[in-house]
Amino acid sequence: MPRLLEVENLKTQFETGAGIVKAVDGISYYVDEGETVAIVGESGCGKSVGAMSILRLIPDPPGKIVDGRIIFEGRNVLELPDSEIRKIRGGQISMVFQEPMTSLNPVLTIGLQLTETMMLHLGLSQDEADKRAVELLGMVGIGEPERRLKQYPHQFSGGMRQRVMIALALSCKPKLIIADEPTTALDVTIQAQILELMRNLTKDMGVALIIITHNLGVVARYAERVIVMYAGKIVEMGTAKQVYHDPHHPYTIGLLNSVPRMDLHRGRRLVPIEGQPPDLTRLDEGCSYRPRCRWAIDKCAASFPPLEAIDGSQIAACFRKDELEKDLKSAS
Amino acid sequence: MYKYIIKRVLLAIPTLFGAALLVFFLLRAIPGDVCEIRLAGTGLYADPAEIELCRDKLGLNDPMIVQFWDFVSGYFTWDLGDSMWTGKPITFEIGLRFKLSLQIAIMATLVAIAIAIPLGIISAVKQDTWMDYAVRAFSIAGIAIPSFWLGIIIILGLLIVTQHWFGAPWMPPIDYVSPFEDPLRNMSQLIWPAVATGYRYSAVATRMTRSALLEVLREDYVRTARSKGLMERVIINRHALKNALLPVVTIIAIEFAFLIGGLVVTEQVFNLNGLGKLFVESVGAQDFNLTQQLVMLVVLIFVITNLVVDILYAWLDPRIRYS
Ligand SMILES: Nc1ncnc2c1ncn2[C@@H]1O[C@H](COP(=O)(O)OP(=O)(O)OP(=O)(O)O)[C@@H](O)[C@H]1O
Ligand SMILES: [Mg+2]
Repeated sequence: MPRLLEVENLKTQFETGAGIVKAVDGISYYVDEGETVAIVGESGCGKSVGAMSILRLIPDPPGKIVDGRIIFEGRNVLELPDSEIRKIRGGQISMVFQEPMTSLNPVLTIGLQLTETMMLHLGLSQDEADKRAVELLGMVGIGEPERRLKQYPHQFSGGMRQRVMIALALSCKPKLIIADEPTTALDVTIQAQILELMRNLTKDMGVALIIITHNLGVVARYAERVIVMYAGKIVEMGTAKQVYHDPHHPYTIGLLNSVPRMDLHRGRRLVPIEGQPPDLTRLDEGCSYRPRCRWAIDKCAASFPPLEAIDGSQIAACFRKDELEKDLKSAS
Repeated sequence: MYKYIIKRVLLAIPTLFGAALLVFFLLRAIPGDVCEIRLAGTGLYADPAEIELCRDKLGLNDPMIVQFWDFVSGYFTWDLGDSMWTGKPITFEIGLRFKLSLQIAIMATLVAIAIAIPLGIISAVKQDTWMDYAVRAFSIAGIAIPSFWLGIIIILGLLIVTQHWFGAPWMPPIDYVSPFEDPLRNMSQLIWPAVATGYRYSAVATRMTRSALLEVLREDYVRTARSKGLMERVIINRHALKNALLPVVTIIAIEFAFLIGGLVVTEQVFNLNGLGKLFVESVGAQDFNLTQQLVMLVVLIFVITNLVVDILYAWLDPRIRYS
């Protein structure tokens, strides 16, 4: 599969009263065409900021992309003029946000919010756009689409609004959809429906998907590859299978131990990760996970461990990545 | 929606009745009355019998309940009574000034809107740039400068500029002509007070537009609009402004209602015969009838403006329209 997106050494920072927040601190990853990649990590680790940086949606001030390249289809997004980045937004890369209740404009009809994008990017007339909007709503499972198009967001439930957002994201046949915790705000049964819908539609249409989530179950079921982030950095990356069954970073292990899993024996105790994520304004040169890590050694304070290959496509940033497995086996 | 409007109109009736009751008794709680002021106002000796006679004639010696009934029943017979001071019908006294006051209020409101909304948008969109600071300085100045002072400056400016350029000083005309008769003459009289007061009232609305828009621009749906690749102009005009205007509409409407009876000083400066001046005179003369009717007029205008605001809200916000 050809490369679609390549993020290289991306750094995004915020200037605040308390100092410079290094929200994203040198992350590199890639997404191939049609592929589903999950980004996981605790709240505040920079998942959203990293995703929004791709479309240059970081509010400036206070935010700024200070370094890195974002290559989308051969062009560096960070160097494009505004008129070109607008063509990519919504046309080539679209986003689904976490909050379906507030992500649609309350005073405009669903129809207008759907058709304006298509008229802009696909050059459709109002009639053609209306017709396609009806099709799209049908596709995401909204009944009576003609009538629904004339309605306003408050007349839709949260799950229905997220379906509208998905229709919106798909409307201009993008190459990539970035879904930032698309189901966190929904209740559990609806969550599964929405994820299923997103997977099926993106697979059918060959659209690549970056899905940001807290939920490792989602990762295992829907993603081909996984990126684990901690305090603005990538600490582990690999195929879903590798990361899920053979983690090589203490943080990934911690995450996996803190959620229930179907594939492991039932009596297993869930262990939350102790402590708090670090303050992103005062990171030192050492590993940012070390205060919470039971494997930490003196070396961890001296420098941040580089991301190194385990085998094949899996990489992890830990000095002791090869000892963890042995240690875990002997402990259990 | 229609049900809602009808409900609001019906709810206005107790409001108006309450206002009538309040103004009626408050006026009579103040010592003195129009007869004392007319006959003994200058401090001269007045024959108490004469004062009594005057009171009898004006109905001031009737029992309170009868006087109140006279006041309120007037609304059912379309007879608002006569001024106690001039003896002329109140409809005549108010009608003479109402057109002028209404026109200034409308024009000042339009001036305020024309200043506030574009400047508020610029200042929000260009937040923390020199343009934002310039707009904020301009609107702070609007609050700080009294409009009578601005009025005097405008008149002086007109005199000096016309003297300099045309060789003869020119002042705005002081007699009111209907805009339908002679629009040019009408405008040349009223545009100046409208600008002086409109500028002052634009200040609050500018700041409100700015802060409301800044707040809306942080909303998730604006981020969605950006992520769709829309142009900044479309994002502001179509997605942000309609949401941001709600609080601005309220501010402007309240100001409009106040302008109708509240331009006492500006009317002095520009030598206008408006309701503000009439208000002061009628209170000074303890002209109960006239004061009552003027207060009721202002209350009625507030009630109507509120209703208009509600309708505008429903038009701007479907969540209200459909509930
Ligand atoms: N506008 C901003 N100003 C200052 N700091 C910000 C701003 N936006 C984000 N940050 C900081 O950037 C860091 C990363 O935030 P981000 O929203 O990417 O976290 P996240 O991983 O998406 O978390 P969540 O799972 O809660 O969505 C946080 O520490 C946050 O405080
Ligand atoms: Mg987030």
